[in-house]
Order: sequence, then C-alpha cells, then structure tokens
Amino acid sequence: MSGPRVALFPTCLTDTVYPETAKAVVRLLERLGCDVDFPLDQTCCGQMHFNTGYAEHARPMARAYADVFDSYDHVVAPSGSCAGMVRENHPNLCAASPAATRTYELSEFLVDVLGVVDVGAHFPHRVTYHPTCHSLRMLGVGDKPLRLLRAVSGLELVALPQAEQCCGFGGTFALKNAETSTAMLADKMRCVQDTGAQVVTAGDNSCLMQIGGGLSRMRAGVRTVHLAEILASTQEEPWVATP
Amino acid sequence: MGRNPVTWLGSPTFPDAARDALGDTQLRGNLRKATTTIRGKRESAVAELGDWEELRRAGESVKDDVLANLDTYLERLEAAVTDRGGVVHWARDAEEANRIVLDLVQAEDTDEVVKVKSMATAEIGLNEALADGGVNAIETDLAEVIVQLGDDRPSHILVPAIHRNRAEIKEIFAQMPEPPTSDDPHALAEAARKYLRRKFLSAKVAISGANFGVADTGSIVVVESEGNGRMCLTLPETLITVMGVEKVLPRWQDLEVFLQLLPRSSTAERMNPYTSTWSGVTPGDGPQKFHLVLLDNGRTSTLADEVGRQALRCIRCSACLNVCPVYERTGGQAYGSVYPGPIGAILAPQLAGDLHDEQAASLPYASSLCGACYEVCPVRINIPEVLTHLRAEVVEAKGKRTPEAMAMSAAAWVFGDRRRYEAAQKAGSLTRFLARDGTLSSLPWPGSKWTDTRDAPVVPKESFRAWWRRNRG
Repeated sequence: MSGPRVALFPTCLTDTVYPETAKAVVRLLERLGCDVDFPLDQTCCGQMHFNTGYAEHARPMARAYADVFDSYDHVVAPSGSCAGMVRENHPNLCAASPAATRTYELSEFLVDVLGVVDVGAHFPHRVTYHPTCHSLRMLGVGDKPLRLLRAVSGLELVALPQAEQCCGFGGTFALKNAETSTAMLADKMRCVQDTGAQVVTAGDNSCLMQIGGGLSRMRAGVRTVHLAEILASTQEEPWVATP
Repeated sequence: MGRNPVTWLGSPTFPDAARDALGDTQLRGNLRKATTTIRGKRESAVAELGDWEELRRAGESVKDDVLANLDTYLERLEAAVTDRGGVVHWARDAEEANRIVLDLVQAEDTDEVVKVKSMATAEIGLNEALADGGVNAIETDLAEVIVQLGDDRPSHILVPAIHRNRAEIKEIFAQMPEPPTSDDPHALAEAARKYLRRKFLSAKVAISGANFGVADTGSIVVVESEGNGRMCLTLPETLITVMGVEKVLPRWQDLEVFLQLLPRSSTAERMNPYTSTWSGVTPGDGPQKFHLVLLDNGRTSTLADEVGRQALRCIRCSACLNVCPVYERTGGQAYGSVYPGPIGAILAPQLAGDLHDEQAASLPYASSLCGACYEVCPVRINIPEVLTHLRAEVVEAKGKRTPEAMAMSAAAWVFGDRRRYEAAQKAGSLTRFLARDGTLSSLPWPGSKWTDTRDAPVVPKESFRAWWRRNRG
C-alpha cells in the first residue's frame, strides 16, 4: 500500500536556481512514505505579477496551477510565500479550486498532514532560523518549523534576535526600493551574525537569496540552507554544500 | 478645485526620499529607539486583554456599518449637534473646509487661534490657509509645537516629532520668549508650558479635530495625553471642529470598543490620560459657540472602491507605523504626506485621488508586504491587500508601454507555456558563466539593482525538472 499522493510544487525559483532544495523535498517525503510526483506542466504561481500590480497576468497562471494540481491529494511547496499566494489569492483570481485549498507549505504538511515532528534527520551544525513573513503572517505556520528543527539530531538551534522582522526581500521591492531593502537586510545580517550560527535556515528560498546574497557579499562565513535540506539530511546521506 | 494637500507639493517619490533619509544616521538612530520601545509596550498592553481579537472584530464591524450607512449616520449627527446648539458645515474638499474655517475665525474678530493636535486639519493644510488669511494658528500639542517652531514637517501620526532628539528640541525652543535652560525633558516641557499658557488664556477661538462623533447624541470626542487639548476645548469662547466624515459612530456605547482599541494600540496605555467629550453648547460652561465642519476631501471617492475603502476604518492609532520595517528605516517624511507609514501608503494616494502623480503612485510600493501592519491594526485593515490592489491601479494608470509593463508581459508569456519556460531556464543558466569563484557579484541593469549590495545566486546548469526527467521521467 502506498502513502498519500503528493504533488511537488517546488516553485519556479527553486526549480531553476535551487534544485537541491527540491531534490531534498523529494527525498524527505519519500522517506516518510509519500508517493511524490512532479507534474511537468507547472511553471509559476504568479506571485511576482500579482504583488507588483499585474493581477491580470497572474490570473491565467492561477488557472493553469489549478489545471495541473487539481487531481492530487496534496500539493507541497517549500515556500511560505508561494503557498500563501496560492491559498490566499488564487481563489480571488479564478474560481475556487481543490488545488488551492490542498496546497501546503512544507512544515505545515509535515506537522499537520503527516503528523510528524521528528523526521529522522541529522544535521550537526549550529543553526538559526528566520521565520519568513508570509509563512508567519499569511499562513500562520507558527512554531512548526522550530519544532521540526528541535527534533533534528546533532543540530544546535540558536534563537535569532528580532526574528520576526522582514529581511527586506519583498519580491520586486528589493529592486524598486533597493536602498530600503538593503537597510533592512543589513539589520537582519547583524542579528544573524550575533547568534554565532554557521547556518541560517528558512522555509523560503527567496528570502534566503536575499540574506545569503548579503552574507556572501560581506564574506560573513555564514551559509544559508533551506529547511528542507536540513530535514532531508541524515547520518547515512548527509547534507553536502553545493559549490 | 485646487490640488489636494494631503500629499506635499514637490515631494520626491518614495525611493528618492528614502535614499536621503537612509543616509541620516541620527534619524535612523532616533527612529529605531522610539519604534522599538513603543512596539514592545503595545504588545504587553494588548496581551493584557483576553478578548483583543474580539475587540478588533467589533471595531471592524462597527466601522464597516458606518461606511455602509454613512449618509444616515451623518444626517443623524448633524441633527443632534444642531439640536444641542451647534452649527454644522459641510466641506467637499480642503479648499472649501479652509474657507469655512477662515470665515468663522474672522467673524470672531481675532488673528490668533489655538489648535488641538489634529490630523484632519493637517491634511487640508489649514494652518497655511489661515496664515494666508492673516490668522496665526498656534499648535499646542508638545510635538506639534516642536514641528511648528522648527518650520518642519511631521514624521509620525501620533508623535509628529519622533525624528527629533532632545538636543535638537532645545535648539528649536530657543526662539521662545522664555527658552529652556537645558535639554533635560523637564526643562523642555517647562519652557513649552510657559509659552503655551499665555496662548491658552488669550485665545478667543480654538480649532480641533475629532477622534469620534456620536450620531445619536451629537457628542464629539477628542482623546489626548497632555491636557493641552482640554485647555483649547474648554477655555476659548468659540470652538471649531474639523472632522473627517468617516469618524462618525452610530451610538454612544460604540465608544466602549474604540476607547479600548485606540489607547492600547497607539500609546500602549490602558486608557488615555484625557478624554474630552462635548455635545453642542452648554450655557455658562465651556465654549458658547460650536461649529462642526464635516470634511469629505476624497473620502467618498475612496468609499466607492470596494477593496480600498477599508482604509477609512482607520482610527489614526499609528500602530502600523511602529511595527513597519520600512517606516523604521526611512521615517515618516519620506512618504511625502501628512499620513506616513503603511496606512499612509494606502490612504494618501486614495485621498489624493490621482495615481498619475509619480509621488502618489510610488507610495503603494513602499512596502515589502511583510504583513506586520495588518497583524496589529485594531480595526483589521488588510493593508497588504489594499497595497496590491492600489499597485494594480497604478499599473493601469501608467499603461502598457513602460519598460516594467513590457518585462512583466514577457515574463507572463514565458510562464504561460512549459516549453517557453524551460527554454528561459536554459538561457538563465548561462549567467553562471558571469560568476567568479562561484560568486555572481555584478549584473547589468536592472540586475545591478540587486548586485549593487548583494551577490546573486549562480543558476546551476541543471534545473530540478531536468534532473527529475533524467532520473524519474
């Protein structure tokens, strides 16, 4: 007997730029007994368009999302903001679809649907966690990511000061208001560095792209690693840094 | 009809104004300290109430009822105020309101008025209009005094001089007849007290705004912290109140909800120190002439927008400013309006009513959509929802020919088909050849807006979907 039939929606950013995160989700969900599929017709949820004022362009993307994912039991995205876009805004852009209501951010799916907190992961590093705005305030994931991280063997979790402050990414905000975005990032990086962590993790590669881009520029020696990659890492198959 | 002064004439767009503000380290220090303190206090004040969420919902539903039946409640308010000896005036816009107030002041044969801190009168530029008519308007709220004597503009709804520290305030107060002896807060307050007392005792006319106007009883309510408002509201012979039409409440008992929501959200107090209420005129007690000017100035056109109208629920608490990561870094003046911060970003462009104006059009983009504002709003204004809604209106106003609109159309075309999307992925992965030592630190414009301060990720040769096809396909 096979487990729940799960469609992976890695998001266009992760599919293109951070494939290791998507591979980690596949590895993790299969380890937990899910039957994972990746429907190849998927592209983008339309968040960038919608949030920048191009809702009319986002509308056909929302419709296409429903067409691709409606037949699955669950859709899992390693992104709070894309899952939030789908669940909160797709129903207003096109008719309510089963796909929208069955879309979960990864930590929600693990804790609420699969009912697991200890996913059998091993990650022997000092880690701090940044709760991304949309996972926190749009989806309300609360402490689910932290509960998952606390159950990871070998992982030393250190609290991030002013964790709930935005990192300054905000999609096209990072370009349209680049100076303000950078000022927000500078404060976030200072908080990250104050923890002495080797790794900063989050549930969104977009925010990690901002934080990581800043840390890399200042040669801070702190790595960004998506939550999925930490949870997929085991004693037998440990996480390996991508070049 | 003149230009709506809710946004300041000649202000640069938000990104340009923010760039200057970000360079001011003194300003950033002042703001960080002030907003961090008030944020923490608000959180504790709100946590004391077990029914805070129910209160927010009650506030939201009373305001929504007001907005849905505005005409009925306003006429009821007018009748009740008139019954109790007040005179009600209706002002379509800033120009009309200013004209009404100036005429009323001049009828009292005076050239100086005292003012209670008021957002509505700041919004219409009343002080400037009175000055043009030869009337000197004296602000009496301590922070407004600092702004007025500093020939400055406000940077916060509740604490308009939040961008000033005490050394700067001492310098500004040096022009008082009895200037402060030091920059100690007590000395500064004492100097202001001496300056203001004389004004309170000599003024024949006072001008105020209103936090609430109760339709059933005709009662106007002003809440404040210093008691200076109370002086203005009780000492002069004539009182003129300028009230935005959305400030009406149906019943007296509705105040129960808002007098809990407002102080805890704004100053983090359980109750504000001074709550003044009056209904028309009471013979032998307080002002013997009372005028209520009901102000539209863009409110009814805002009301016509189904998504945007929720901004009219605002009770001016400024909790959204204090939690906003953008406001904390840029300060309020960067918004170029009397209404700064997240609420200003949705209210000012709607009241101004012209999204073809570059400055107003830049305001809905002054947010990372982090949602902290919505979380604290005591009347549950979904600010991120209104921001994206207004962005769509900005895009429509700008048309399809801007470089951004064309780039967005192209991106939508790419995302509209899997094969085009996969081709774009392959093209994007070619940027990996621009990387040095695994780092992509310089991209051509507009990518330079990213790489000026951040490294860009190196797009790998193989996308996830290519990997999936190779291994699972």
